[in-house]
Amino acid sequence: MSVNVNRYKCGYCGACVGVCPVGALELVETWIEVDNTCTSCGVCAKICPVGALVVVQ
Amino acid sequence: MKPKYDVIVVGAGPGGSITAKTCAEAGLDVLLIEKRQEIGDPVRCAEGVSKEGLKKHIQPDPRWIAAEVKGSKILAPDGTEIKMSEEASSGKAGYTLERKVFDRALAQQAAQAGAEVMVKTRATGLLRDNGKITGINAMYMGETQEIRADIVIGADGVESKVGRWGGIDTSLKPHDIETGAQFLVSNIDPGEYSRFYMGEKYAPGGYLWVFPKGKHTANVGLGLLGSKSGNVRAITLLENFIKNYMPEAKILEMVVGGVPVSGPIKQTVTDGLMLVGDAARQSDPLTGGGIINAMDAGKMAGEVCIKAKEKGDYSVKTLKEYEDKWRATIGKELSKSLAVKNMLLKLTDEQLNQLAHSLKGIDTSKMPLPVVLPILFKKNPKILWELRTLFV
Repeated sequence: MSVNVNRYKCGYCGACVGVCPVGALELVETWIEVDNTCTSCGVCAKICPVGALVVVQ
Repeated sequence: MKPKYDVIVVGAGPGGSITAKTCAEAGLDVLLIEKRQEIGDPVRCAEGVSKEGLKKHIQPDPRWIAAEVKGSKILAPDGTEIKMSEEASSGKAGYTLERKVFDRALAQQAAQAGAEVMVKTRATGLLRDNGKITGINAMYMGETQEIRADIVIGADGVESKVGRWGGIDTSLKPHDIETGAQFLVSNIDPGEYSRFYMGEKYAPGGYLWVFPKGKHTANVGLGLLGSKSGNVRAITLLENFIKNYMPEAKILEMVVGGVPVSGPIKQTVTDGLMLVGDAARQSDPLTGGGIINAMDAGKMAGEVCIKAKEKGDYSVKTLKEYEDKWRATIGKELSKSLAVKNMLLKLTDEQLNQLAHSLKGIDTSKMPLPVVLPILFKKNPKILWELRTLFV
């Protein structure tokens, strides 16, 4: 389970990191890293201002 | 770098830099780290502040003031305009900042007060000794190192991890975040007022703003409540607004970001750790403004660090004073704003129009928002009944 980040869309704002209920996301300078604790809950994808995240089941 | 500091501040935004400066001025050993290679950039902010709030912390400097505004105009969905907060009486009118320069100036003040500053340095975890927080793991240029301190300050913004590592759940629910997009636009007439557009068509669960940034430029952006995002995106709403209402605008910069609008969270302090600013969810749930609150909180946190050092006690027993202090001041305002925001969320565009119409014939131009709200309540008790406790 994970999310895919479209790096060509992502504005590296970190909003997704703030809403992740399990802390699976991290904003490194200009990109988002997803670790293996991701539950594919989709909250990050829902709130992304530019729609850069897509949930992978 | 020293083997051990009194205080490590994670994040060099306004909250972190003021905390670091306050501690350093009192002679504490302070390290201020910023994960980006450039402090202040990229911006994730509409850059509006009240003059009054700003002057408590720093003398206004033309190097980082992009524009001065006369006051605010709130626009109801039908276009009815409410003028507010003109400077003459309230002193509340404001500036639009150049955050890239402002944040750097604040970090420089911390540095000149004696704080060490490290950029491109990202906290990756907390160090613990028998469960007690004793510093951070930090990565610089791909290398992780241990840096020790008695107190760690999490001023690491909306994406804060420091609180979570310390056992404080700071995760935001979709209805606790505004998901925002903004363009710096040129070739427009920005006017002399900050403008706030209310209504579903602009920004469901939030508002759209036009903040003058210079002679022909403005920050035009909007915040969409996270719970209403998904099928519609902040960036799409903004692109549509520009196309329909500002076709002449040329876009010079794109800004995206999330703004915490949860209101006060349950806990911001634990043994050896305090959270400041957006990391502590101290941004205003109604306006989204967070700069002044972060700076106020940074000052309070810094002062408590000084006390903790004097006492040699870094436990929550000493640090709790920060939590009590910010709750009694910033926290109170956040709670009020949250109540008003929750009320606004329930109103239809038609009701928002009614509220605006009810102020016809009243000169609100010199009043700040806290003065206008009780008037609105008196005139519209039915619509605003839930807010009655705020105004008695």
